[in-house]
Amino acid sequence: MLAAVAFYAFSAVLIASAAMVVVARNPVHSVLFLILAFFNAAGLMLIAGGEFLAMILVIVYVGAVAVLFLFVVMMLDVDFARMREGFQRYAPVGALVGGVLLVELLFVLGSWRFAPEAPGLRLSPNPGATVGNTEALARILYTDNVLLFQAAGVILLVAMIGAIVLTLRERPGTRRQVIAAQVARAPAETVVLRQVPIGAGLKNIGILRPPPAAEEREALSEPERHGHGGGHH
Amino acid sequence: MTQPLLADYFPILVFLVIAGGVAAAMVGGNLLLARRKPDPEKLSPYECGFEPFGDTRRRFDVRFYLVAILFIIFDLEVAFLFPWAVGLGEIGWFGFWSMMAFLLVLTVGFLYEWRKGALEWE
Repeated sequence: MLAAVAFYAFSAVLIASAAMVVVARNPVHSVLFLILAFFNAAGLMLIAGGEFLAMILVIVYVGAVAVLFLFVVMMLDVDFARMREGFQRYAPVGALVGGVLLVELLFVLGSWRFAPEAPGLRLSPNPGATVGNTEALARILYTDNVLLFQAAGVILLVAMIGAIVLTLRERPGTRRQVIAAQVARAPAETVVLRQVPIGAGLKNIGILRPPPAAEEREALSEPERHGHGGGHH
Repeated sequence: MTQPLLADYFPILVFLVIAGGVAAAMVGGNLLLARRKPDPEKLSPYECGFEPFGDTRRRFDVRFYLVAILFIIFDLEVAFLFPWAVGLGEIGWFGFWSMMAFLLVLTVGFLYEWRKGALEWE
């Protein structure tokens, strides 16, 4: 009874927030509604008995993927006026594409049938009451489905290398921290002790700081192009 | 019909209901009781008395995206480790070495990103 109530509540909020993802005008609000949808999907997974999947949904999708979407939204240069500009012109083409997709979906749904053993399988996601969902996954994921598992690893590797190749670039004028050079500095090459006579003044005996080296001056004079802290007052 | 584990999650459902109730009470109480004097100046951006210099919708640096992607990848790696650790007693040496191969593949990527300097913040 309670599970049924929870199921309908989660489903209703899930569908409503999924609709808001599409409808919301502000893309950041879309991402926040997407997070709400992920949470409700996790609740549905729990009701269906997929405990581990529910937790992974929260950790990976809410914790990581939603943050990534937020970054992507922030990185896009969204200009609302320019986005609405061509609405009249593109509306027929968009409606055509949408209509084709709708017809395809209707065809797919028209031939949809439940497998005869599906209702029975739905009630037992775990093999027996003593084996948890996580352990049931472990039994088949690493041995029976080893090829898929290794393929997942290779896909992650490709994603990692692809992200680095696409986004990592050297910036001119940045100075990295070289810890070895810092540690290897000896006091003898940096500290000089001098006797200053009383009343002599620092300027007269020539122990001002040496002027910065040429490339250092260049880096200092270059205006900061990507400062995020620049606009605070 | 219900799953046996659902009883363990009943407290979380109670928390959810309480949290929703508290949030609704706060927002609803504000709507009902608070004095309201809407003014367009209240919604305008405030920056120490002068007009704001730039748009708040400034573009982020793409470096944040790289950090997020790398975080997701290692997050998934850890997610694969959880059931492996739980079921290690049953899957035997084959399961152990299949995870070792998986980790090796990702370690190759980790070394690559380390040597490329993707983990460094300028």
